[in-house]
Amino acid sequence: MNRSRSITLIVLAIAASASDTASAEEKAADTLARGKYLVTVAGCNDCHTPWKVGPAGPEPDMSRMLSGHPESIAISAPATAVGQWIAAANTTNTAHSGPWGVSFTANLTPDAETGLGKWTQSTFTQTIRTGRHMGRGRKILPPMPIPMYRNFTDEDLAAMFTYLQSIPAIKNRVPEPLSPAVASAAATSE
Amino acid sequence: MLRAFPSLIIAAIALPGILLHSALAEAADPLPRHLHETGLFADAGTTIDARNLPFAPQYPLWSDGARKRRWIHLPPGSAIDASRPDAWEFPVGTRLWKEFSLGRPIETRFIERLADGTWRFAAYVWNEAGTEATLAPREGMSLSVPMAPQGRYSIPASDDCRACHEGAAVPVLGFSALQLSSDRDPLAPHTEAHTGISVADFVRRGLIRNAPAALIDDPPRIAATSPVERAALGYLHGNCAHCHNDSGAPAPVDLVLAQSAGDPASTQRVLHSMIGGAVRFRGHGLGNDATLIAVGNPQSSVLIARMRSRNPNTQMPPIGTQAADIEALALIERWIAEKSLSTPSPSQETKP
Repeated sequence: MNRSRSITLIVLAIAASASDTASAEEKAADTLARGKYLVTVAGCNDCHTPWKVGPAGPEPDMSRMLSGHPESIAISAPATAVGQWIAAANTTNTAHSGPWGVSFTANLTPDAETGLGKWTQSTFTQTIRTGRHMGRGRKILPPMPIPMYRNFTDEDLAAMFTYLQSIPAIKNRVPEPLSPAVASAAATSE
Repeated sequence: MLRAFPSLIIAAIALPGILLHSALAEAADPLPRHLHETGLFADAGTTIDARNLPFAPQYPLWSDGARKRRWIHLPPGSAIDASRPDAWEFPVGTRLWKEFSLGRPIETRFIERLADGTWRFAAYVWNEAGTEATLAPREGMSLSVPMAPQGRYSIPASDDCRACHEGAAVPVLGFSALQLSSDRDPLAPHTEAHTGISVADFVRRGLIRNAPAALIDDPPRIAATSPVERAALGYLHGNCAHCHNDSGAPAPVDLVLAQSAGDPASTQRVLHSMIGGAVRFRGHGLGNDATLIAVGNPQSSVLIARMRSRNPNTQMPPIGTQAADIEALALIERWIAEKSLSTPSPSQETKP
């Protein structure tokens, strides 16, 4: 009797453990899928994936997905604003010129040296929450919609970061932004 | 063809700010409306309650020349657990205040440890008469202060408070074994009068417990090869290490400037990360191969360029200062100029 009961308990424990494992795997898969969904619909590719001109016009070059402004495209001067326009984007839609100077979209892939490979979940969440680079440094510049994105929940941001850490790493060192003063000086000298 | 995008983008980023402040205000913890409600004062005036103990770190944070006073309050019967020399555990109910003055008190910052172990941060803005200070908005504010750089003084947003304070092993930055060491650094920039309250004093009062005996018997000091190096590394510890550290929730950067009170070898780690490490910063005419420290040549060192800069995109520190620290720049430049690659390993040799 006792032996039979013990066997029953062991079988139940193994079943529960297997169930927990399956549940954890399902949860991880759900988190990844949720992150992919959020990164997609939040428009991250619009600016962080370089654009190319395809048969139907400009489109994100997914072979460089979320790798930010290509380091091979050097920009040293801002766009010249005309009429009512106050901002402009370059041909890859990864460099944006406006009253803030010239900003370059970041490499969001998990490359350790040039992307988010060394970032933690906390770094990512704090970056979006504070609007500061790495959550502590300089302010993140327009057109990154920090005022909107900082309203993501912690769970949303965790899912997005999980997904971003899963995509292919691309080595691409994005330049530092040009401040308005630097941009103006460069424009004057040209 | 892409020129149509920016106008849409600008429209998208212009409106949300209004919504943001509203949402944050709703989420705010209820903080006392006035400074006198935080327990700093003994009476209805501005006399400091004697239970709030003054202290002064030996390597103070540069705040554009503001004069500062600081106090700590520990709940009765409680004490700081100092068993981890570089990560003191503060009891629930700990409160700290820091008053900033430029000719008159401008603001007093307040942090408090709550029952759930988290910390909250606030800033209180003084009226011109210096009779009352009122809670500042969570998003910070800009004040007209004649003695401030360009006549403007910035009260930090609560997110900015967290950006600095939550990057270190503990959010209390100026109250530590090294900062309160009785072995004070005579060359430390902007050093303030020692209040007489050292780690040993706190231990005697029973307010610090479990401190390693070595830290009491032999007050910590930075293991440098010269007095100038000691002060330079101390300045970088006090002004930069809350982000540039390898404990807590640091920014993912390779540069480590945090000294360890319990490990003299930490100086070697700091120097190793400073000299020869990769630098992603470009600009200021330094070229793409510029290094953080160009030994013997301060003007070619990225460290100096970023400390001197007050371009918001490049300045260091990135938060809390609008004017470069001339005295500190002179000290760090002297250290870099005098340093050589053959400099022997740091040791305690400079200790008298």
